Amino acid sequence: MDQQALSGMRVIDLTHYIAGPACTKRLADYGADVIKVERPGTGDGVRNIGPFYHDDPHPEKSGLFLYLNTNKRGITLNLKTRLGKDILLELVKKADVVVESFRPGVMERLGLAYEDLEKVNPRLVMTSISNFGQTGPYRDYGMTELMAFGMGGPMYHKGQPDREPVKYGGMPSIFHAGAVASMATVVVYYGMCRHGTGDYIDVSILDTQIGTLDGRVSALVQYQYTGHVGPRGAALGVGPAGAGSGMFPCADGYVHFYGGTRLERQTKMMGDPPELMDPKFYDPETQADPLVREEYEAHFLSWLMRHTKREIFELGQKTTNVCAPRYTIDEVLEDPHIRLRDVFVQVEHPMTGQVKYPGRPFVMEETPWAIRRAAPLLGQHNVEVYSELGYSKKDLVVLRENHII
Amino acid sequence: MRKLPLEGVRVLGMTVIFAGPYAEMFLADYGAEVIRVESIQNFAPSTRGQYVRPPKGAAGYPNGDPGERPWNRFATFNSMARNKLGMTIDITRPEGMEIFKQLVRASDVFISNYVPSVLDRLGITYEMLKKEKPDIIYARISGYGDTGPYRDYRAQANGIDAIGGQASTRGYRHADPSELPGSSAADPAEGVAAVFAIVSALNYRDRTGKGQLIDMALVENFITYNPEPFLDYSMNGRVQGTLGNRDPIAVPSGNFRCEGDDNWVSICIFGDEQWEGFCKVVGEGWVHDPRFKDPLSRRKHEDELEKLVESWTKRHDYYEVMHLLQKVGVPAGPVLDEAAVFQDPHLKARGIFVEVSQKDTGTYLYPGALAKMRNAPLVVRHAPVRLGEDNDYVYKEVLGIGDDEYQKLAETGHIGMDYAVGVR
Repeated sequence: MDQQALSGMRVIDLTHYIAGPACTKRLADYGADVIKVERPGTGDGVRNIGPFYHDDPHPEKSGLFLYLNTNKRGITLNLKTRLGKDILLELVKKADVVVESFRPGVMERLGLAYEDLEKVNPRLVMTSISNFGQTGPYRDYGMTELMAFGMGGPMYHKGQPDREPVKYGGMPSIFHAGAVASMATVVVYYGMCRHGTGDYIDVSILDTQIGTLDGRVSALVQYQYTGHVGPRGAALGVGPAGAGSGMFPCADGYVHFYGGTRLERQTKMMGDPPELMDPKFYDPETQADPLVREEYEAHFLSWLMRHTKREIFELGQKTTNVCAPRYTIDEVLEDPHIRLRDVFVQVEHPMTGQVKYPGRPFVMEETPWAIRRAAPLLGQHNVEVYSELGYSKKDLVVLRENHII
Repeated sequence: MRKLPLEGVRVLGMTVIFAGPYAEMFLADYGAEVIRVESIQNFAPSTRGQYVRPPKGAAGYPNGDPGERPWNRFATFNSMARNKLGMTIDITRPEGMEIFKQLVRASDVFISNYVPSVLDRLGITYEMLKKEKPDIIYARISGYGDTGPYRDYRAQANGIDAIGGQASTRGYRHADPSELPGSSAADPAEGVAAVFAIVSALNYRDRTGKGQLIDMALVENFITYNPEPFLDYSMNGRVQGTLGNRDPIAVPSGNFRCEGDDNWVSICIFGDEQWEGFCKVVGEGWVHDPRFKDPLSRRKHEDELEKLVESWTKRHDYYEVMHLLQKVGVPAGPVLDEAAVFQDPHLKARGIFVEVSQKDTGTYLYPGALAKMRNAPLVVRHAPVRLGEDNDYVYKEVLGIGDDEYQKLAETGHIGMDYAVGVR
């Protein structure tokens, strides 16, 4: 398959858990040959994290592992042994990119720092992904989604003023770190192909949030300009009073509207009811009066309560409102547009059979995203990859017996 | 000096609000020549401000003062406008469209994030671009993508968060969904994905000579940021709701009030080893309560545990809690507001912020590189781009247009550094 955008790119993947594998997944899904190196016996720690297929906590049934490692070839290799290191150097020699997510200092201690790897492959692109980066006082500290969003992102502003700040669902900040790492990696790889020079990329999960998941880049600059720190629970509205903006209940759930300066469009959606024809609802000054807003929203809400979220979405969009239904997870998968665009894909895996995963992040018309293979079983491609390096089946037995693979 | 990775690549950007401009910034940082195509005859709200001439005191301007040229002073725009070039042209007129086509012929990449129907109306389609430049790479960003029933639907990050399922998995537990805090995360996520897509497409073009259309839907990329509930649904038929700040593994997991005014610390404790470290630091009787002896017991008594944890954190500084707990291997960190971010010693030591001076705005610190490249560190070659700032260079050097024609285009409202009279 040299039909994919990154066909021909070879990556040695020394990452585990989430941010690192999320980075190499993007590379693999768009065509790179990613060789995932796992620790013999236990493998990637994310194999122990759910959700598990049929709630069976088994290292080959972690949904998160299966999702994060599609299209990669998996080998096991003990980097703490001399021969293990030599084998890794042989792999690096034939690769373009190394991505690793060990704690800072581990690669140096193993004798596998960028300086060491560059010696065997002078054009090497190497990406290190860590919690706080390779330098700085918090270098060795632990990281979580909650911390990434709280220290780097705008969590301070999310929630009610009198309550604790609140995070996103799942781990979008950590996934974002992976996305930023994949962006930097592919950029430097492109530079290497074009100009012949590799580079070392230090990706800190914290740094990736500073300029930002959820608009923090603009909040930080705004603070520089004004010295103003916004409150928690800032209104969603864009208009002077934020009328008609935010999440509203309807007949069968909730819908989100981005209203404010566009209130006429909402009125149009409602069929221009005579009670809402008074210009006071649309003039930015009178609109700011809480009583006017209340009167408007009473009409708006009673109309919403008579319609379903899908009806509102359709009618609202027809009248150029910026609106969307709030879907539960099952509803996302049932949406006709999302189904038609094949946003989710069925992936066949020996331990789970067919399971539906979130699919491509975007469509490349000429070089499509594709599932060429499911995530590897632990050591699944040992024979294939090591024989490419010239090791015989007999050699592999010795390596196995010495706990090297 | 070593070449930047994208040196030699020219990108044309016709983008608004966040996702598009954000992508342009990275492309420019990494060395591409990014030319923003703007018009002095049309003002796109939420891009260079909400209004051309906002009232004094409007949010987002230095010291609340919109100044002489507010469009060059708007925080959100300027936060991602460095290293780009700016030109103006009114493409709704035939001579403007002709200039635009010349630019396309001189470029490698075209990026836009207008609603598809708007581009259709302007006649900017992949076919048209390809006719001008057969190997063009066109990154077309929209809410719902280039095909399907919602193709021309209008979208904004909060709505993408809602329809993509994220909204149903976030916010306080048991809260009324209509009180959900706002979210604009889908936009920056899309910007980063766009750069990945464009550079991957460049790689393919260099190998094969073929360009392509990249069809990007915010909702689709954002779904890939939250895969667990979808996997849980397809593997176990479970429909996850929100956990608030709680975690499927760590107990406790939350934000706890600290000493001072509205200071919070995030703490997550994974497993017995971390719990024991935590107990040692806290050193209070309650930590030995049998209710908290193992992960299952702690889960069962999570409400009480959270209250007790806060009774301890409340008496400590949020940074102190981080250092004390991190030293025993428990992940903890302060929840930082904007002021605190600029003071953080680690971020300072990493040199995350760069000082940039721009003529109409002054000198301020801006967030810098998200990923540090050893041999090609971020250099701010161009301050946050002012409207039409690089018209001279783009018209004369890139397009080779003579002084007379340049003059004529300036007189007829194509070239300028100020919005035309009447534009709001």
